[in-house]
Amino acid sequence: MSKQECDNSSYQTKNNANTITLRNWTISWVVSMAIAAFAPKFIWDFNTVLTMIAVLINLAVGFKMLVANRDYLRGLDEMQRIILLEAMALALGVGLVVGLSYELLEDIKLITYQPEIPHIVFLMVITYGLAVISGHRKYQ
Amino acid sequence: MKNRLKVLRAERDWTQAQLASALNVSRQTINAIEKGKFDPSLPLAFKAARLFDLAIEEIFQDQVETVEN
Repeated sequence: MSKQECDNSSYQTKNNANTITLRNWTISWVVSMAIAAFAPKFIWDFNTVLTMIAVLINLAVGFKMLVANRDYLRGLDEMQRIILLEAMALALGVGLVVGLSYELLEDIKLITYQPEIPHIVFLMVITYGLAVISGHRKYQ
Repeated sequence: MKNRLKVLRAERDWTQAQLASALNVSRQTINAIEKGKFDPSLPLAFKAARLFDLAIEEIFQDQVETVEN
């Protein structure tokens, strides 16, 4: 096996391509989310048609991002896939358990402010990131 | 599960990256298998066996100790 064969590994090539596709769709989704969130107020003064178009585009781009994520996962090898799936399961579990408790805190008057979804999303992202790092270290 | 992947690779003077390329997995996965930290699936084990032209049990061995009577 030559070095060139190694560099041209189909696994790496496919994985790199899937990563770039996922990155592009994720950036597009974030941009479309920002447009849907801020443009109605700052650009087109809550024009209903334009706002609906922005929301529909955001949903469509979000769907494409999910498909890209699925393709990315399918393109990984079995160990990498296990690491990411375990991290996703942990992030989902933490989000569900902590999210429900967090929501309860206001109902039982332990906090005075309204619980916000972005707080839970942030927690899930942090959990996912730490779980991925931990998974990679586990198999090092 | 123990395996002889590292020995077989060394006999052929292949790098982890070259073996990973041949098996269509990442170098990290080859490293984890060689260190016994990750057990490959049956399809991957068959692929390795085909690559080295050996039987699966000549590459991978169960670590359960057998009690001889």
